[in-house]
Amino acid sequence: MLGAEFQAIYVMWLREMKRFSRSRSRIAGVIIQPLFFLVILGAGLRGAILPGMTGDYMDFIAPGIVAMAILFSSMFTGISVLWDKQFGFLQEVLVAPISRFSIIIGRTFGGATISLLQGFIILIIAIFLGVRVSSIAGLILAIIFMVLLAFTAVGFGLILASIMRDFQGFQIIINLIILPLFFLSSAIVPIQTNENLPKIVIDASFANPLFYMVDGLRGSLTGMNWVFDPLINIVIVFIICAIMMGLGTYFFSKSEA
Amino acid sequence: MTSDIIKTENLTKKFNNFTAVDNVSFTVKQGEIFGFLGPNGAGKTTTIKMLTTLLNPTDGFAEVAGFDIIKQKDDVRKKIGIVFQEPALDNELTGRENLDFHARMYALNKKNRKTRVNEVLKLVDLEDKKDEFVKNYSGGMKRRLEIARGLMHHPTVLFLDEPTLGLDAQTRRAIWEYIKKMNREEGTTIFLTTHYMDEADYLCRRIGIIDQGKILVIDKTENLKNSVGNDVITLSCDDLELLIIRIQKEPWIKKVKIHDSFLTLGVEKGEEKIPVIIEIAQSSGLKIKSISVRKPTLDDVFLSFTGKNIRIEEPEQKLKKMVRRRFRGW
Repeated sequence: MLGAEFQAIYVMWLREMKRFSRSRSRIAGVIIQPLFFLVILGAGLRGAILPGMTGDYMDFIAPGIVAMAILFSSMFTGISVLWDKQFGFLQEVLVAPISRFSIIIGRTFGGATISLLQGFIILIIAIFLGVRVSSIAGLILAIIFMVLLAFTAVGFGLILASIMRDFQGFQIIINLIILPLFFLSSAIVPIQTNENLPKIVIDASFANPLFYMVDGLRGSLTGMNWVFDPLINIVIVFIICAIMMGLGTYFFSKSEA
Repeated sequence: MTSDIIKTENLTKKFNNFTAVDNVSFTVKQGEIFGFLGPNGAGKTTTIKMLTTLLNPTDGFAEVAGFDIIKQKDDVRKKIGIVFQEPALDNELTGRENLDFHARMYALNKKNRKTRVNEVLKLVDLEDKKDEFVKNYSGGMKRRLEIARGLMHHPTVLFLDEPTLGLDAQTRRAIWEYIKKMNREEGTTIFLTTHYMDEADYLCRRIGIIDQGKILVIDKTENLKNSVGNDVITLSCDDLELLIIRIQKEPWIKKVKIHDSFLTLGVEKGEEKIPVIIEIAQSSGLKIKSISVRKPTLDDVFLSFTGKNIRIEEPEQKLKKMVRRRFRGW
C-alpha cells in the first residue's frame, strides 16, 4: 500500500510541474519581477551607503530577493489549492483512496520544487552580477535555507487556502500580512541594525519568522550583515518550518471539499 | 451473500439546524441503474457526498460495496467512481493526462494504465481528442471525459450526480447512451441523481423520489408510472371543484389531482373516457376549455407524490447562480 501512496505523491508533484511548465506568464512573472528588484534596485543603489549595512548594497539585497522569489512562488502553490476547490478538482483528489498526508506531501514537493527552481535562477543571475559568495559551505547552507523557506511558505499558503473560502480575501492578505512580513524581514532594507527606525518596529521584526530565514540566507551566502549566526538561524528556521508544515497539513485535512 | 451494493439505514445529515437528508433508507442492487429523482435542494447531492465519503453523516448507517462509509473510508473509495455535479477536471492538463492522473491516484500499474486509458477513451469516443487541453473541450466532452475517468479503476459502483445538467438535448441523449453502454458492457452498478423526469425514466430500473431530504417512494420505474393509471387525462374547465365532485363518483377514476388551473385524472383507456367526461360536464352545466389524453410520465408520478411540479428552480437559473458564485471573487 505504501507504493500507492508514493505513486500518489509523485503524480501530485508531476501535476504541479506540468501546470507550471505550461503557464508561460507565471514563469515570466516570477522570474522577471525579482529580476527587476535585483537589477534596478540592487545595481542602481550599488554604491549607496545605507544605515545599518556594511559593504555593497547588491550583496545585501540579493539574498533578500532570492527569499522573495521563493516566498511568493511557494505561497502561490499553497493558495492554489483554493483554485482547485473552486474548480471542483479538489473533490476528485479527496475522493481518491489516498491519505490526506500524501496529497499534502505531493503538493508541497511540487510547490517547493518550482519555487526552488526560481530561487536558483535568481541566485545564479545574482552570482553573475557579482554578488559575493563567502564559501562553498556557506552556499550549501544557503541552499538549505532556501529549501526550508520553500516548505514553510507552502505550508503557510495551505493554511490560508484552508481558511479562505474564495479569492475575495486574497488581496487583503497580501497587503496586510505578506507585504509587512516581507518589509520587516530586512530583505531589502536593514531593520535590526538600523538606528533610524523606531524601536517598536525593530522589536516587532524579531517576531517575524521570515526575518530568520532572510538573515540566515544572507549570513550563510555572503558571510556579512547578519544579525544572528546562521547556525542559530537554521535551528530557528527548522522549527518554524516544522510548525508551519504541521499546521498546514492539519488545516488541509480538516477542510471539506 | 448479498447482492446489495449500496445499503443505507436512516442516513441523516444535518447542517446546523437544517436537515438536508432525513432518515433515508434504501438499497441498490448489483448491476442496476438506480436513480434519485427530486428537485434542487432535495438532498440528492448530500446523499452522494455521504456515500462517497466526502461528508460524514450526522446519524444512521450506510454500506457501499460491503464497506462501512465511516469506518472503512479507504475501502469504499477504492470501490467507487464518481462524476460530480460540477466539473472536477484539471483544465490545464490534456484529456489523457487527466485520466493518467486518476489512474495513478488509484494505483493502477503502468501496463494497465495505458490499456485502460485507451479503453475508456474509446467507450466515450474521445480517442481523437485525448491530447487536447481540457480547457478547449465543450461541456459535453468534459462530461464524457469525467464519465470515462469514473470508470478507469473498474469501480463496483459509479455515482453520477446530475450527469446531464446544463447540456443540450443532443448531448444529453449521447450521455445517456454512454451510461447505458457502460452499465451493459462493464456491468457497473450506477447510482445517479437527477431532476429531469425523462432522464430518470429512460435510464433507471428503479427510482427513489426524494423531496426535502425524505424519500417519498422507491419502486421500479414501470410500477411508479402505472400507479397513476395507464392513461392521464388533463383538462381545464370553468369550475374545477364542481367537476371534481361530479366526477369523483365514477368507479373508473383511479386518481384525481388539481394543479394550477388543470385537473389530471388517472384512468384506463383514456380515449374512451373523454366523451364520458364531456357528457358529465355538460349535464352539470360546465364548459370544458381543453382536454387531452396521454401516457403517464414520471412528472405525473412526482406530482402525485409531492403535490407539486418538479421545476421549482430552472436549471439555467441555477447554473447562472453557480457561475455568479464562482466568479464573484474576481
